Amino acid sequence: MSLDELYRDVILDHYSHPRNKGLAEPADAVRDGANPLCGDEIRVSLRVRDGVVEDVQFDGKGCSISQASASMMTELVKGKRVEDARQAIAAVKAMMRGEQTPPDGLGDLEALQGVRKFPVRVKCATLSWITLELALEDLAASP
Amino acid sequence: MAIPATIREDFPILKQRVHGKPLVYLDSANTSQKPRQVIDALVRYYEEYNANIHRGVYAIAERATAEYEAARAKMARFLGAAEPAEVVFTRNITEALNLVAHSWGRRHVGPGDEILTTEMEHHSDLVPWQFLAQERGARLRHIPFDGEGRLVLDDLDRLINARTKIVALVHVSNAFGTVNPVTEIARRAHAHGAVVVVDGAQSAPHRPVDVRALGADFFGFTGHKMLAPMGVGGLWGRRALLEEMEPFLGGGEMISDVWLDHATWNDVPWKFEAGTQNVGDTIALGVAVEYLERLGMDAVAAHEREITTYALERLREVPGLRILGPTTGDRGGVISFMMDGVHPHDVAQVLDEDGVCVRAGHHCTKPLHRRLGIGSSVRASFYVYTIREEIDVLVRSLLKVRSLFRVA
Repeated sequence: MSLDELYRDVILDHYSHPRNKGLAEPADAVRDGANPLCGDEIRVSLRVRDGVVEDVQFDGKGCSISQASASMMTELVKGKRVEDARQAIAAVKAMMRGEQTPPDGLGDLEALQGVRKFPVRVKCATLSWITLELALEDLAASP
Repeated sequence: MAIPATIREDFPILKQRVHGKPLVYLDSANTSQKPRQVIDALVRYYEEYNANIHRGVYAIAERATAEYEAARAKMARFLGAAEPAEVVFTRNITEALNLVAHSWGRRHVGPGDEILTTEMEHHSDLVPWQFLAQERGARLRHIPFDGEGRLVLDDLDRLINARTKIVALVHVSNAFGTVNPVTEIARRAHAHGAVVVVDGAQSAPHRPVDVRALGADFFGFTGHKMLAPMGVGGLWGRRALLEEMEPFLGGGEMISDVWLDHATWNDVPWKFEAGTQNVGDTIALGVAVEYLERLGMDAVAAHEREITTYALERLREVPGLRILGPTTGDRGGVISFMMDGVHPHDVAQVLDEDGVCVRAGHHCTKPLHRRLGIGSSVRASFYVYTIREEIDVLVRSLLKVRSLFRVA
């Protein structure tokens, strides 16, 4: 168990230079997520047009793992069809549970594999994905 | 008399290595480590005289009862109580504070009354008062703190008034390390007839405490922060107050007599100790108290003062590190800080690789952190077994954090 596996360069890069940090405007869905244990908070906002995630942004404060994961998530999901976004969410959640190695096409997210060896940090990595999932559910439920 | 250099020999856990490095335990404000003497007392109880108390007529039950009540007497002496009956054992300080809120609060606090706490309270000294205020239609007020984490008393004459029924405050802050002027606040509270409830979780383990000289009416403590096992804490209260209070929990042993439809209560303190008690841990708490008394609480406080002063000085060498709370004057051995550009959890994670245990989070003081505009902080805290070399490891490791996260 070494720190290099947790703090991979790509993670530190996303942490210090987060992509898509802010608020999608206009947004079709906005969801807040929190990790009550550590006080980390995240807001995920997105806009969907014709079944495609036209914009997705995140905001909030958190550790390098939660911020990098959120940043990578927005990069991956932006421009994807909603079904594909859902699939990516399922794949990342499964990967973080240790059920499968990351499928192709997850890009930088492969770096999050190292987090699995640090069980308390898994929640940091999944916070943004779970929040996005809830935002998509809100969207599906709205008329 | 100083703390003997051999003290670390008493703490088996400190001999181990984690991730190949010696354990540097700097999280004693969270829970303290336990000396061999306390662990032995626990083993002795379970191997030699495990029996329920206040019930059996046989020898080992009598021994268990005697040792349990002896622990009460030791705790009473340690806190400067007038008599052992003023000490009620609970699971922890959270339960002790809930006991006061429930049994004293419900009887004396009504609509329009006020309960005063501070903005630096631990959740355990906030939420029970929120329950009480909501139930009774009372108003919660708070003493603010300044940029150095000290209470601002300018408005105290307005905050404590004829409607104030309870003033509840922390003696030594678990986040800032601030030592609050309890005696002065208590004097002003008493002038208006309010009772003073003191959260002593971070003071009783670390400095001499005389609850009566302090001006407290109730004083909560928890054993696991003062060398004893987790699972036992308690409440000191003035006897006259305890006498007039209703019980907290109903059940076995807290009764005097029971009919099918009603019951009468046992005497103080047993009317607050319903059901089978945590006998083994309580006896071990008594041993922990004796251990601290042998060291001398003045020596304990002096040792922590020295370590804290050294730590404050050395932490200045870490660029971009901001200390929350006072950096001068009398303070507890608790230092919370932020590091520019690195989240507290990441700091703690890197420190862990060097065997250094610190707390990262809100330390159960969310309103305090919210006031500071932060979600969490890093906290290093010290005790009798903390040595300067451990502070050196901490500082070295913090510098490593900066280079790993490329904080210029």
